[in-house]
Amino acid sequence: MATSITSVPDAGPVVGSRSFLQRLREGDEIARLITFLFAASVVLVTILLVYALWHDSVLARHKFGMAFFRTSLWDPIAEQFGALPFIYGTLVTAAVALFIAVPLGIGAAIFLAELAPARLSDTLEFFIDLLAAVPSVIYGVLGIFIVVPLMRLYIQPALKSTLGFLPMFKGPAYGVGFLTAGVVLAIMVIPFIISVSREVLMSVPRDQREAALGLGSTRWESTWKVVVPFARTGILGSIFLALARALGETMAVTMVIGNTPTISASLFSPGYSIAAVIANEFTEATGDLYLQALIELGLVLFLLTFILNGLARILIVATSQRGSGTSHA
Amino acid sequence: MKRIGTVLAVALSLLLCVWAQGALSITGAGATFPNPIYTKWFDEYHKLKGNVEINYQSVGSGAGIRQVTDGTVDFGATDGPMNDEQLKAYQEKHGFPILHFPTVLGAVVPTYNIPGVTASLNFTPEALAGIYLGKITKWNDPAIAGANAGVNLPGNDMVVVHRSDGSGTSYVWTDYLSKVSDEWKSKVGKGTSVNWPVGLGGKGNEGVSGLVKEQPNSIGYVELIYAAANNIAYGNVKNAAGKFVKANLSSVSAAASGAAKEIPDDFRVSITNAPGAQSYPISTFTWLLIPEKIPDAAKRDALKGFTKWALTDGQNLVESLQYAKLPKPVVAKELKALNQIQ
Repeated sequence: MATSITSVPDAGPVVGSRSFLQRLREGDEIARLITFLFAASVVLVTILLVYALWHDSVLARHKFGMAFFRTSLWDPIAEQFGALPFIYGTLVTAAVALFIAVPLGIGAAIFLAELAPARLSDTLEFFIDLLAAVPSVIYGVLGIFIVVPLMRLYIQPALKSTLGFLPMFKGPAYGVGFLTAGVVLAIMVIPFIISVSREVLMSVPRDQREAALGLGSTRWESTWKVVVPFARTGILGSIFLALARALGETMAVTMVIGNTPTISASLFSPGYSIAAVIANEFTEATGDLYLQALIELGLVLFLLTFILNGLARILIVATSQRGSGTSHA
Repeated sequence: MKRIGTVLAVALSLLLCVWAQGALSITGAGATFPNPIYTKWFDEYHKLKGNVEINYQSVGSGAGIRQVTDGTVDFGATDGPMNDEQLKAYQEKHGFPILHFPTVLGAVVPTYNIPGVTASLNFTPEALAGIYLGKITKWNDPAIAGANAGVNLPGNDMVVVHRSDGSGTSYVWTDYLSKVSDEWKSKVGKGTSVNWPVGLGGKGNEGVSGLVKEQPNSIGYVELIYAAANNIAYGNVKNAAGKFVKANLSSVSAAASGAAKEIPDDFRVSITNAPGAQSYPISTFTWLLIPEKIPDAAKRDALKGFTKWALTDGQNLVESLQYAKLPKPVVAKELKALNQIQ
């Protein structure tokens, strides 16, 4: 899901200076109309999507009401549906993924944009773009055959023996679960963070750096105190792009999360996510209420993405009001 | 110029011929379990009758039932028979009933991974129900060890694996557990997806067998055709006659023969825990769902013709793909029922 909202293109200062017919003949108005339609279609698709999800989940919404968000029983036979474990699983795996991916991704982007020789930076960027284009099922396979055994045999026992006093690292280690799903998601979203953040960092004007260096700061000080804050908005954008991908990821998550609707403080515990349960159960869902409960889950996922994106916008506005790029240097 | 015109005319007439030949296209959707044999059947039948082309989407039993009820496909296919509610919904929507036709047989087998144990384990119904209810948590539990004298079973915690996606395989497995355990029946029930009391979920047969391979001291269940195709070792299950039976083509067919005597007229019957000393107890039919009335005469004849062929000559193709043949009395009864389609 794209974080940017497409706005209607402004026709610019030309508007009003010529008659409508004139503009039409010269193609301006036609171009304006066509591009407007393209932009409007994005909004239209979103509205239709919400309408379809809302309309097709009416039975489930009426039957369960707010209890859908509060209860954790998911029993297709008894037709009792509660979404809480799935919401929990979606949020926890996305949080774990960002916890790992954000420092790694931004660190790598800073190196590529500021410190690495241009040639090395371009070569690495090629590989990063390649990683971003790998289908998610491939990451799932990688997860099953490499990450899960690594987790079960080495990482989880190591975490248990060192940080085992924390509730996060207690319980039996199966290899599959919240932590593994978070790690696989982190691997998947890091390329997004690196790629976008690197572009943003590289587009910071040269004079910002030169001014910082001129004032006597070191290379690292100019990077960390001037360039990174200047690019803050764009970097945040890359993080939210990564978050959106982590929330909606289906295939790779379902292959490594354990597919058990549980709410547990332990990251070793198997769990379930919204996207995974929809993918798993949709085709075999018999009975209207069951199907509608799954569609309502889709609505919940949409809502989660919407809320988190909204928070992201607010955060971006709030931080840029503190004078990003205006009062520095 | 003239030559080009001739070539074009020939090409066009050829195209028209092909188009007229392939004019009869029948679409179906449903179960994934019989997809390999259905694909083969449709292909072979197309070679026999060039004018009939059947397209099948293996979208899952639930989706198959939905699509045939909505009328978006000509026939459906399912691993678990439609329930009374679904039949009623169909009748109300179309004004006539939909018919079930068993096509082949399959089975579900328990598979496990216990380090150091290579013997083929015996499972009692009580042990399987206990394991999946979460009451039996260790391999050396008397309920398992009692049926496996001489096998050195470890005292480690067991990892239970089930299907995470809705599937006919889970339907058969839970149908069996419901028959042999009252507690399972009242607490969990049978269905393509259930609220599993314990265990990890794997997506598809490959997901379950992958988790079983990966986790020491684990148990899971997969389709017989999958286990056979991938050389996965599996256990024996105690049948209704008290014998431990290994699933194979003959023990699965035996289960159908055991149940065939009392097969109802609408063929909606579960053959899990079937009587007979040779019967493998976790076996199942898989069904085609065909509307009783098909207004398009050409389509009706083609679909009836295909079903008849699949039940007779087509049965000779099934064993090469590890499906079990239908017993003769069932085929005879089905051929009679085919006449109901008008």
